[in-house]
Amino acid sequence: MDALDLARWQFGITTVYHFLFVPLTIGLAFLVAGLQTAWVRTADERYLRLTKFYGELFLINFALGVVTGIVQEFQFGMNWSDYSRFVGDVFGPPLAIEGLLAFFLESTFLGLWIFGWDRLPRKLHLATIWIAATGTVLSAYFILAANAWMQNPVGYTLNSATHRAELTDFVAVLVNPLAVITFLHTIAAAFLTAGAFMAGVALWRLARHPDETADAFRAAARLGALTVLVAAVLVLLTGDQQAKVMTSVQPMKMAAAEALYQAEQPASFSVFTIGSLDGSRELFSVRIPDLLSFLATGTLDGRVLGINDLQATYQVQYGPGDYRPIIPVTYWTFRLMIGTGALAALAALWMLWALRRRSVRPSRWVVGTAVALPLLPLAANTLGWIFTEMGRQPWIVFGLMPTAAGVSPGTSSLEVLVTMVSFTLLYGGLAIVEVGLLARRIRAGLPEIEAPDAHGGADDAERPIAFAY
Amino acid sequence: MELTTIWFALIAILWIGYLVLEGFDFGVGILLPVLGRTERERRVVINTIGPVWDGNEVWLLVAGGATFAAFPEWYATLFSGFYLPLFLILVALIVRGVAFEFRGKRPEPSWRARWDAAIFVGSLVPAILWGTALANIVGGTPIDANREFTGNLFTLLNPYGLLGGLTTLALFVTHGATFLALKTTGDVRVRANRIAGRAGLVAAVLAIVFLAWTLQTRGDLPSALLSGAAALALVGALVANRLGREGWAFTGSAVTIGLAVAALFVALFPDVMPSTIDPAYSLTTTNAASTPYTLSIMTVVAVIFTPLVLLYQGWTYWVFRRRIGVHQIPPDEAGAGY
Repeated sequence: MDALDLARWQFGITTVYHFLFVPLTIGLAFLVAGLQTAWVRTADERYLRLTKFYGELFLINFALGVVTGIVQEFQFGMNWSDYSRFVGDVFGPPLAIEGLLAFFLESTFLGLWIFGWDRLPRKLHLATIWIAATGTVLSAYFILAANAWMQNPVGYTLNSATHRAELTDFVAVLVNPLAVITFLHTIAAAFLTAGAFMAGVALWRLARHPDETADAFRAAARLGALTVLVAAVLVLLTGDQQAKVMTSVQPMKMAAAEALYQAEQPASFSVFTIGSLDGSRELFSVRIPDLLSFLATGTLDGRVLGINDLQATYQVQYGPGDYRPIIPVTYWTFRLMIGTGALAALAALWMLWALRRRSVRPSRWVVGTAVALPLLPLAANTLGWIFTEMGRQPWIVFGLMPTAAGVSPGTSSLEVLVTMVSFTLLYGGLAIVEVGLLARRIRAGLPEIEAPDAHGGADDAERPIAFAY
Repeated sequence: MELTTIWFALIAILWIGYLVLEGFDFGVGILLPVLGRTERERRVVINTIGPVWDGNEVWLLVAGGATFAAFPEWYATLFSGFYLPLFLILVALIVRGVAFEFRGKRPEPSWRARWDAAIFVGSLVPAILWGTALANIVGGTPIDANREFTGNLFTLLNPYGLLGGLTTLALFVTHGATFLALKTTGDVRVRANRIAGRAGLVAAVLAIVFLAWTLQTRGDLPSALLSGAAALALVGALVANRLGREGWAFTGSAVTIGLAVAALFVALFPDVMPSTIDPAYSLTTTNAASTPYTLSIMTVVAVIFTPLVLLYQGWTYWVFRRRIGVHQIPPDEAGAGY
């Protein structure tokens, strides 16, 4: 493997890993804020205990999201310096603004939330988690606007003297139709992920530890499952819109998602296709008539361009070359994304039905659902990103810069290999630690709540702080 | 003033903010095994920075992002060129950040000792490497006509770079010690005060030699004045520390780091990465910059949001202004599970 392949693998590994934590952070921040709001409103202690329980799981997850995010900020410069030179004028501002607007909010107000239980008035303390949650969403918007620009460059001009893309309309970058719809799709998926996590954990507690906290966990299980169902509908609607935007700005990606080789009108959706070895035509497939036309164009008989048509068009437009992504990757990641997401929604639906009864039977199905629920959306998120990034290939910026031209020219493949292996081993080790800590916390169950005046006798300065590392 | 100059100044300010703020929490991390002799004392030490270290680290992310946006060529050359040191810094920051969060999640002494080691190493490595990196940026590196760094890790480990690393290490340890003396009570406070005095002397010698060396190679009058003021501030910090005026001692060490970094950036200007191969290859605030349009948008955003950030980050320090002692550390179970 040369430095280019290694740099691509490194970006893929570090980004996919980072994004395991991000959606859970975004969604869970809001769900925990909701639980705390319920406690402040009703003074029902169950909600406080749930807030602290899920709050701690949230923080264990958040820690890894933060530290892996640091790598994201710098690896464009490290491994993709020519890309950075080419796009910095356009791509840099959303990144910088993300830091200034979002990261400061998240980190500062989470610090206040974690350590501020006894230092801040109750409502102000509640506000800190809502502000931190807002920070996570802002962060998502700016980074997705940056990514959407790589998929669908807008608001720029090419400077022929410097060979750089230069920003001409920042608002256009921010309201890039692909950015808007990708943001909505991603946030909906984040809620699906967090809802599934909350529901899965609660179901596991109900099945395995039906103790006096079952009441609280039943509420959490319902909240989580309902979140999944509502989010699933939104994921579906936004995904449908995203497919239409994608068809108009990146038709090759849509064709590759479908392994559609020749233009079709109307086009059918393939549930399963086996293609020839060179990837140029299909041998066998199972199809739903007209569905692809509807997904891509909004009408049942819309014309959808095929890979071979687009390849011919691009050769005229951009010169000789292979403009096709790796079709089996795009085809299967697209399908499996939809499949795993749908399965999570079905599991949540089944769970709501099972929760009608007073006690949850610890059958293999129930425990299996509890474990599978949080994992399915994680798989769907990952597959979605692999699809969207692999589907952009061979471009790093669609139509403007091939991926091979973006890699750092001065960085040796040995350097990239060493850092890639190190990051992978470090990330793997941290994943084991994280899962271990999550499991330990979940087994420990809801924390006991101390009465606020437990140390009423002590002098204020001597009183133990409410939370300490 | 030109936009490129304004952005050079803003990036200098971001780095000053980062090194002043994370400087003391690097120092706290390095002093953890020295000052925390019992488990409770170690928890006191860690909890002085508990609510704030993450917000301090964001200054780095914003400095990186702002460099990308305002000077893409600088960002590209710097981070692809200083590849392995930056990689080591990233690994250190990852391990350290996780260590703060995970340390208290299990009660076993071996578990905690392992994360304590991670906090120590994760603080030590960047404390040295940031100084080395900064020294090499100012001192100049082999940059060719294509704006590519042509050296390797060992190019950066030259005497001037290493002295820069030791200087930041000593300054951060001093800064961490004055912070701990200000934020703790009891034995930890006494020990921190003593260490601040000793580390401060070492820092003073190193900083004076390093700044003099810098002025010799790239100095001008403003950077010489800033260097002199930094040295004075450090002397002031040491005197205040000796007198037990902890607030002033901490202010002094903060001002020292701020002025010393400012001196480096002033000496660097108008280059951002001077080339030792040919001055014509140097990256400057003009040839590395983004377009005026991008810089003006960024200026508007920075003018609106930076004061806001300073305001709420300052408020956090106010909320957690109380000193911490071993009495306030909650018993383990309450601590680990809130």
